[in-house]
Amino acid sequence: MSSIGTGYDLSASQFSPDGRVFQIDYAGKAVEQSGTLIGLRGKNGVVLAVEKIVRSPLYEEDSGSRIYSVDKHIGIAIAGLLADGRQIVETARKEALNYKQQFDRPIPIKVLNDRISSFIHAYTLYSAVRPFGVSVILASYSPETGPQMYMIEPSGSSYGYSGCATGKAKQAAKTEIEKLKLADMDIEELITQAGKIIYQVHDELKDKLFKMELSWVCELSDGLHQIVPDEWYKKAYTAGVESKRDDDSDNDI
Amino acid sequence: MEAVKLGSATVGLKGRDYAVVVALKRASSELASYQKKIIPIDDHLGISIAGITADARVLSRYMRQECLNYKYSNDTVYPASRLIMNLGNKMQKCTQRYDRRPFGVGLLVAAYDDQGPHIYEVVPSANYFSVKAMSIGSRSQSARTYLEKHLEKFSQCTKEELIKHGLEALKGTLPNEDLLTSANISIGVVGKGENFHILDDKENQAYVDAIEKRKPGGGPDDDSGAGGSSLPSVPTPADEPGDRDPIAAVAMETH
Amino acid sequence: MFGGFDNSYSPMWHNGPKPGAFYNFPATSTSSPKDEKQRDSQPITTGSSVIAFKYDTGVVISADTLISYGKLLRYRNVDRVFKVNDHTIIGVGGEYADFQFIKKYIDQKVTEDYCYDDNLQLKPKSLFNWLTRVLYNKRCRFAPLWIDIVIGGLQDGVPFLGHVDHRGRAYEDAAIATGYGKHLALPLIREKIENQTETLNAERAVELSKSCMEVLFYRDCQSYPQYKIATCDGQGARVDGPINVAQNWEQALNV
Repeated sequence: MSSIGTGYDLSASQFSPDGRVFQIDYAGKAVEQSGTLIGLRGKNGVVLAVEKIVRSPLYEEDSGSRIYSVDKHIGIAIAGLLADGRQIVETARKEALNYKQQFDRPIPIKVLNDRISSFIHAYTLYSAVRPFGVSVILASYSPETGPQMYMIEPSGSSYGYSGCATGKAKQAAKTEIEKLKLADMDIEELITQAGKIIYQVHDELKDKLFKMELSWVCELSDGLHQIVPDEWYKKAYTAGVESKRDDDSDNDI
Repeated sequence: MEAVKLGSATVGLKGRDYAVVVALKRASSELASYQKKIIPIDDHLGISIAGITADARVLSRYMRQECLNYKYSNDTVYPASRLIMNLGNKMQKCTQRYDRRPFGVGLLVAAYDDQGPHIYEVVPSANYFSVKAMSIGSRSQSARTYLEKHLEKFSQCTKEELIKHGLEALKGTLPNEDLLTSANISIGVVGKGENFHILDDKENQAYVDAIEKRKPGGGPDDDSGAGGSSLPSVPTPADEPGDRDPIAAVAMETH
Repeated sequence: MFGGFDNSYSPMWHNGPKPGAFYNFPATSTSSPKDEKQRDSQPITTGSSVIAFKYDTGVVISADTLISYGKLLRYRNVDRVFKVNDHTIIGVGGEYADFQFIKKYIDQKVTEDYCYDDNLQLKPKSLFNWLTRVLYNKRCRFAPLWIDIVIGGLQDGVPFLGHVDHRGRAYEDAAIATGYGKHLALPLIREKIENQTETLNAERAVELSKSCMEVLFYRDCQSYPQYKIATCDGQGARVDGPINVAQNWEQALNV
């Protein structure tokens, strides 16, 4: 963003002369300040991983969580303003419920993605509201559709991904993800790679304390979205810590 | 966010079976009584506030309503984590609209439910965090430093020790040469088999005495059963007000 | 509909006397015959008895798999007992469509618990209370959900059993039966429960359930020889079956 708003940045309902809506750009900035968030879609499942930055040791481990379940089969991860994100989670849950009550089957992630995208987009249209300062990743798995993943940006635009990253270190994370052959990877590889990437892109100088959060929705979990069980978390954790150590020793040479 | 820093400090901390909030009260003038800082919500939950009191009352009314409705339909108390999530979502809506303003108040919520004691920190940006211990309000940084230093001990603490740690932390937030008295503090307790309640003047005094006896910075060493045993040393009500009034005046200057 | 005679005056004469009508002080009655409706006053597709009782460490609920259309044994393989979550089970009789309606909401509660991911699960007492509120409320609006529902499970480790019917009548008991079971099975169950010579363990409880279902099949013309049994104890909740009554009609020759 080379230019500054010069008065065109106060409202979401006003274009600047070069065609941008600055409030949306600014919302994007809010996302870039939050901890890195990645999603990896492999052969038979999706893994979501978050670098959750902890501001003080006084906080409980589980506070300020960035991964939520929308329905049993859909997970959502948030980068950006947490309070805004929770609002989206609540909306997503309502949409999922509404769909289920009407059609008596779980909401397909494609439909949910459409509805949430529209919802977020609607907040970019009016001067009376501000856009959501969040990017969210939606993930699901079912035997019929296989693993699926979408990412929605503050502008309301969304795309399907096999690997995506957002937040602070999204560039570094994207570079790492592009090296992977995601389509062939099973859940174990996904988990360890996710751990590695999160630990590699974490900037110790800027943020001292952080906690990695990991969730999966895959064949192994019977198509349920859940925080990964402890033994799997350890795998990712050790992979992450080790790769970090290798990295550091590389730097020393 | 700044509104919270204007309010006088409050400290919340929890042990294994208890959650405690202590708060420093201020009076707007010598003639006024002290502002209420701790608001009971339900049997299992109470809040301590820092910021705009009027906003806090709106939130507390909402929380009471929600707790009551939950109890009406489910016959149990509203699990703290869910109430706070609900509250956070309500507060967020006000941050996103042109025709609303955010709530100018920070809350420390003390609760005890099926999952044990909780302290939640809720801030005007509608974020909330489950915390082991926390302090918000003016000059609360020193209290946080104290809490961080003693963080490891809290899980083993009895109710009495928790309260004393809370007061000790609160002491750091006092303006100038001010002292803790039974009148300018407020203590709320909730825990296993104990409904949320605010301690009365007498009990406050007992804890204040216990704190004053202890050397500054000291750990919970000499505090065996201070809650009951030091009650006899409570000053007679007659000579109390004289001590107290000037303190209120000092507190006002910082307002 | 628009601008017809009946409507044209109403904004001007709100709650007042209508042209040609006697003034009805204080004009509170605004209903006209066309507001009156005939409500359903009986169920149509129904399940019959449910029998349920507590044993030493848990609860058992059983019901056959029949849904009748009037007297016609119409659907013969429909579940009437369900596992709600790990410590809650239900059994249902009465209008099956009404139950399907309410079941969606119960399932949603379970999904919500899953989504919150906070280790909290709907407890039987909460579900019982919630159903009581819903059913009583519905009946007060003259639109009852015509169901007979038995809720069982473990409430903080202690067996719980409650019954709510379509009028919102609710009670808890150690042994509950609905429909014909009330007359036929309840005495058998009470006899065992009140007989203190041997504790009623899980195995005996299931045996007792089975013998009750057998009696019900022989005596109740709206019953079916296939049934399911739901149990809930420290090991979790599960539904067993379908089980078939071992029929023996030889005695019938002697009748």
